[in-house]
Amino acid sequence: MARTRPLLPEWFHRLGSPKGFYQMTSSWMPWLAVTAAVLLLVGTVWGLGFAPQDAKQGNSFRIIYIHVPAAFLALAGYYVMAAAGAIGLVWKMKLAHMVMKAAAPLGAALTLISLVTGSLWGKPTWGTYWVWDARITSMLVLFFLYLGVIALHYAYTNGEAASKASAVLALVGTANIPIIYKSVDWWYTLHQPATIKLTQAPSMHPDMFYPLLVMIAGFYCFYALVLLLNTRSEILHRERRTRWVLDMAEGGRS
Amino acid sequence: MASPDAAPPELATATAFRAVLTRDLTLAFRHRGDMANPLIFFVMVATLVPLGVTPESGQLALLAPGMIWVMALLASLLSAETLFLADHRDGSLEQLALSPQPLWLLVLAKIIVHWLVTGLPLTLLSPLLGVMLSLPQAGFGPLVVSLLLGTAALSMIGAIGAALTVAIPRGGLLLSLIVMPLYMPVLIFGASAVQLAVDGISPSGALAILGALLAFSCLISPFATAGALRVSLHG
Repeated sequence: MARTRPLLPEWFHRLGSPKGFYQMTSSWMPWLAVTAAVLLLVGTVWGLGFAPQDAKQGNSFRIIYIHVPAAFLALAGYYVMAAAGAIGLVWKMKLAHMVMKAAAPLGAALTLISLVTGSLWGKPTWGTYWVWDARITSMLVLFFLYLGVIALHYAYTNGEAASKASAVLALVGTANIPIIYKSVDWWYTLHQPATIKLTQAPSMHPDMFYPLLVMIAGFYCFYALVLLLNTRSEILHRERRTRWVLDMAEGGRS
Repeated sequence: MASPDAAPPELATATAFRAVLTRDLTLAFRHRGDMANPLIFFVMVATLVPLGVTPESGQLALLAPGMIWVMALLASLLSAETLFLADHRDGSLEQLALSPQPLWLLVLAKIIVHWLVTGLPLTLLSPLLGVMLSLPQAGFGPLVVSLLLGTAALSMIGAIGAALTVAIPRGGLLLSLIVMPLYMPVLIFGASAVQLAVDGISPSGALAILGALLAFSCLISPFATAGALRVSLHG
């Protein structure tokens, strides 16, 4: 922002300013909302109502249509958060800090959803709600990492320090995620309990797989939608004293 | 301290590094009570295990490798809070940040001292806990080696959390919240090195990974800690 970068197009700079971002994304919101709603609706009805039963697990496998997309985005969300934090730290971009703040609770919620659905799925499949399986344990650690970033953010009273500190923590966490995953994996192979056999995800039948793909796409759209909503409300909150927000509030429309 | 203007820059940096090292060591040895606290905690928790679980030595031997490691981790975590706290209160942290020498180097000196006064004593004390929890004979060597490497890595990682929370009132609990997930790989490989040795398998692989974790944390931690300190100091 200090120096002009002719390499980057003008819209990029507009995205970098909270005001420009808010105005640009206003027109995206309805599209995203409709796409997410349609994909989620189609995926849910297809997955729950029309996909064939699993040979071994019967109907209980259908929780996969919530569980897998949530787990996907829980992981991807951490990288979104960390990347936003890095951009905010390096280029001192206010907007990136806001995206980071918006991404943290969203990712934590998705991680919690994938943990809860996973444990509900575990009951009929493994006969227990909780197993110290490598993937479950890694997800739990991921949840703790999210909670740490959120807690650190709320502990600071100064907004800018809160953003920077949690960005540093998110980055350190990113460097650690592969290590944590590998070590949990290794730990599990060392301690693998013999009584529980994990159902290996085999090549899924297309009739089961396509609804899952639709659900994953739907979750991605939903994630983008909520992330934008969170970011936009954060923008309004932080810029509440600026002219353009006041104008918008008085004018009643953007 | 030597005046940085007169000396060539490398010399001044080395002098500053040594000055921080000796200052922190002196401070630590003048507050020997603080130094003893993590050790007392370590031994006391070791007493809780037989009281809470069982005094039967066969079962204790099963638990010992993991328990000793968990306790060492908690003791190191408790002591991490004090890493920058006193310096932040009396303003000397601000002075360090303002000095012409790179902050990460001075931070590295502080972390090394922190390890010397907490991690190293914990390591030296650990055979005693091994005896208390009837750790099998084969586990003692790997326990000491793994704690030697592991507590150093824990000090490195804990420093990042300490730097992030130093400006927050009552940040101790928050520190444990943000640091514990990062501690997990160290715990996994540290405890399994001991467990492998007890089971009669060579622990060298786990120890090598522990060394790699230490090397990696040495690479990242001083810079992350210095960055976090600047955030804590200036907002």
